[in-house]
Amino acid sequence: MRTASLAVGLAAALLGPLAIPSRAAPPPRIEGQALPGSPTGRPGDPARGRAIVVDRTRGLCLLCHSGPFPDQPFQGDLSPSLAGAGSRHSPGELRLRIVDGRVLNPDTIMPSYGRRDGLVRVGEAWRNRPILAPDEIEDVVAFLATLRD
Amino acid sequence: MRASLVVAVLALAGLLGPPGRAADGRRSDAEAMSPALRAMQQDDAANPGMLSVLDGEALWSAKAGGAGRSCADCHGDATVSMKGVAARHPAWDAGRGSAVDLAGRIALCRTERQDAAPLPPESPDRLALTTYVAHQSRGMPIAPPDDSGLRETRARGRTLFTTRIGQLNLSCATCHDDLAGRRLGGTPIPQGHPVGYPLYRLEWQATGSLQRRLRNCMTGVRAEPYPFDAPELVALEAYLMERAAGLAMETPAVRP
Ligand code: HEC
Ligand code: HEC
Ligand code: HEC
Repeated sequence: MRTASLAVGLAAALLGPLAIPSRAAPPPRIEGQALPGSPTGRPGDPARGRAIVVDRTRGLCLLCHSGPFPDQPFQGDLSPSLAGAGSRHSPGELRLRIVDGRVLNPDTIMPSYGRRDGLVRVGEAWRNRPILAPDEIEDVVAFLATLRD
Repeated sequence: MRASLVVAVLALAGLLGPPGRAADGRRSDAEAMSPALRAMQQDDAANPGMLSVLDGEALWSAKAGGAGRSCADCHGDATVSMKGVAARHPAWDAGRGSAVDLAGRIALCRTERQDAAPLPPESPDRLALTTYVAHQSRGMPIAPPDDSGLRETRARGRTLFTTRIGQLNLSCATCHDDLAGRRLGGTPIPQGHPVGYPLYRLEWQATGSLQRRLRNCMTGVRAEPYPFDAPELVALEAYLMERAAGLAMETPAVRP
């Protein structure tokens, strides 16, 4: 359904607003349903990624998701469990889902963690920055990739 | 008038369930609370919001301001004159050409009729008077008036309710229409009916207004909350009251 040409158009639209550090090598390109290649040029750290995912003020993931986190008592039930996410999706697919899930599903309730445009009335403290920085997103992707069935 | 007629007709047709619950599935958020919290709300001796009611009762008959008049001097016995008033606010103020919520109306009487110092939003006296007046409608069905000005206000409120806002990019409707009953983190998402305001919230350790709650929800999605008394908040209140029409008032409610 999401055709390659649509993806290319969206990729063009995305290039500006995506928060890419200037030292990054080539800008990210959407291929199919994935955003392959780390924009930071370094692999993410799964341990740091886990800490972000379970942190209710950083990743916020467990507001909506549940997952294999027995140490976390309060998990959401608004979306699929994160268990097995690394088996279902390639790292590139996970990256696109987190950077901008709206590309995959325009009506999704999951925030686009790597975008800061297209938003209305953002609070002063949060204005003009994405929810997660590119290196934090890489950490989260690296962690999700370890969640295998 | 017309709205209360509609409510009466709905009740006759058996469309309204027991107070706090409508046959179409709308219900007070009290119904999802623990039995202990519900008991606290229902027992006036245990309900901390009753302290605001008592404070409000004392303020009602205290003379104030340059006019040297009390609320009671003009409005008489609140248990009679204020019955049902909260259930039909926000109301249309033709003189101002704008909608006014109950706390705003009381604040206007304070400055214009009593010629007294303004009651700032969330000040203890404003909350106490509002809680006392709203308490006179406890058990009565919410009955939004049918005014053309209010209709526009509600339409604006509905737009605000359905617009995605904040860094998390969620609308009020996402949570309270689409996801009510599900869990956000550990917290059940309520339908969000404003039946019990001002109410006592354990999290606040205080009585607070509906506007305070709405601002909390906006901050929750990392949006810039509208300032207290902003027309946008009154418009949201007007829409929420219409959305809750027929549900019974609970002021002062208790919430987690
Ligand atoms: C506001 C709710 C919300 C938040 C917060 C949220 N998600 Fe999601 N997520 C969803 C929903 C809903 C879906 C289902 C797909 C859709 O809506 O398009 C989803 C889908 C996913 C998927 C794909 C699931 C699958 O197996 O197919 C992954 C992976 C994911 N989210 C990871 C995350 C991570 C990691 C975070 C935190 C950094 C996060 N989500 C935060 C709501 C949320
Ligand atoms: C000098 C007389 C006077 C005093 C004192 C006064 N009011 Fe009023 N009040 C009015 C009038 C007249 C109205 C009719 C609406 C209007 O035009 O303001 C009104 C309207 C109201 C309403 C809306 C009633 C409805 O049916 O919609 C409320 C609530 C109210 N007053 C509360 C108070 C409170 C609380 C106080 C004390 C803090 C107070 N008033 C003091 C004269 C007074
Ligand atoms: C991310 C989900 C979410 C969004 C978006 C949201 N709310 Fe809420 N809202 C909640 C939760 C959860 C509670 C209950 C809090 C509690 O009881 O601890 C709540 C409580 C309420 C209540 C109180 C109900 C009662 O019984 O007292 C109202 C009214 C309300 N919200 C209105 C709104 C409005 C208006 C907006 C949009 C400006 C909004 N909410 C946005 C999750 C949300």
